[in-house]
Amino acid sequence: MFRLTKSPRLSEFERKVLPHLDAAYNLARFLMRNDQDAEDVVQESSLRAFRFFESFRGENSRAWFLRIVRNTSFTALKKNRPDEMNIVFDEELHGAATPPMDAGVALDRAQDRQTVRAAIEQLPPEFREAITLRELEGASYKEIADVAGVPIGTVMSRLARARRQLEVILSKPK
Amino acid sequence: MNHDEIRELLYAYADGELDLVNTREIEQHLPSCDECRRIEQQIRALRDALNNDAPAYRAPVHLRRNIRATLRREAKADEKSFSPWLVFATGAAFAGILFALLFFQANHTSRGSAIVDQVVDNHVRSLLATHLVDIASSDQHTVKPWFDGKIDFAPDVHDFAMSGFPLVGGRLDYLDGKNVVALVYQRNKHPINVFITPANGSADRSPVSFTRRGYNMLFWTRREMNYWAASDLNEIELRQFASLLAR
Repeated sequence: MFRLTKSPRLSEFERKVLPHLDAAYNLARFLMRNDQDAEDVVQESSLRAFRFFESFRGENSRAWFLRIVRNTSFTALKKNRPDEMNIVFDEELHGAATPPMDAGVALDRAQDRQTVRAAIEQLPPEFREAITLRELEGASYKEIADVAGVPIGTVMSRLARARRQLEVILSKPK
Repeated sequence: MNHDEIRELLYAYADGELDLVNTREIEQHLPSCDECRRIEQQIRALRDALNNDAPAYRAPVHLRRNIRATLRREAKADEKSFSPWLVFATGAAFAGILFALLFFQANHTSRGSAIVDQVVDNHVRSLLATHLVDIASSDQHTVKPWFDGKIDFAPDVHDFAMSGFPLVGGRLDYLDGKNVVALVYQRNKHPINVFITPANGSADRSPVSFTRRGYNMLFWTRREMNYWAASDLNEIELRQFASLLAR
C-alpha cells in the first residue's frame, strides 16, 4: 500500500531514451577509448538527459540523446586529454574534395573485432564519431549531422576521410 | 553526370543516401565503368570488414543498473507527488517551508528582482543609445574571438539564422557589478539581448521566465554559465530561442 507510483516522466524517459543506451555506450566508448571513462560519460549524459527531458520535443530521441553523449564526451576529452584534441581536422583547410577509395587495395573482409576496434580508435575523435554512428549504428547523414552539430557536407567529408584512413590501416600487413 | 561527378557520389550511393534520379544514373554508369565499380565494391568491402565480427560495444549490465538507480533517485521528487503518503508529508513539511519562506523571502527576492530590473535596463539602454553592438557580425567565428582579452571567460557563440534567430553581434555590458558578455540576436524585427556570466559552479537550471515593463526574460544556467535573455518577443518564441542556445 505504500509502494510508490513511478513518476510519469521516468516511465516516458525509460521508454523513449533508455533503449538507446547501447548506442550511447558504443559512441562514448569509441570516443573515450576506455571502459571507465565511457561509463562515466554515459552515466552523466543519462542524468543530464533526464533533467533536460522537458526540452526534448519528440523528434528523434536517439539523435537527441546521442548529441548529449557526444557533447559530454568531447567536454571530457578537452578537459582531461587536451593533447588528443589538438589534431584539428578542418574540412575547409584540407579542401572539401573527398578522397576516393583506392581501387587497387585488396582488403580482407574477415577482420576480427579487436582489429576493427583498434583501427577505429586510431582515427581522430570527429572521424571516430562519424564512422561509429554510420557503420556501427546505421545512422543517416542527417542524424549524424544532428548529433555532431555540423552540416551534412561536413559529415560526408569526415566519413570519406575516415573510410580512406581505415582502409589504409586495415590493409597493412599484420 | 560525368565520371568524376559519379565518383564523388559513390559514397552517398553506397550509404543509400541518394535520391532516385541520381541512384538510377549511377546504376546505369556502373556496368560500363570498371573504376567506379571497383571503388563501389571497395566501399562495401570496408563495410563488411568493419561489421564482420560485431565490433560495436554494448552497455554493461552494471552500468544499466547504476543509471536506473540514479534516475529513480532523481525522479523521487516526481514520485512523491503521486504517492499516498504525500498527505502526511505535506502537513509536516508545510510548517517548515512556510517558516523558511518567510525567513528568506525579503533577502532573496530583493536581490533577485534587482538583477531582473538591471537586465531590463540593460536591454532598453542597448536599444535607445544606438549602441546595440560593439562588434557587428553574424559570424560566430568573428564575434567569439572579439571577446578574448576583454573578459575572463569564453562564452559559446552560435548563429541560429537557420532557425530564424540570426546573430547580429556582441557587446560588452555590465550586470550585477561585473563585466558580462551581451550577444544580440534578432527574431523578425525583435532584438534579443543575451547576457552571459560565469555561474561559479552552479548546477544546470532550466529556463525560468520573468516579465518587467512588457519585456519578457528568461534565466537559465548551463555548463557553469548563467544566461539572461531579454526581448519584447513573446514568451513562447523566446523559450524556443532559449532551447536553441541550451542545446
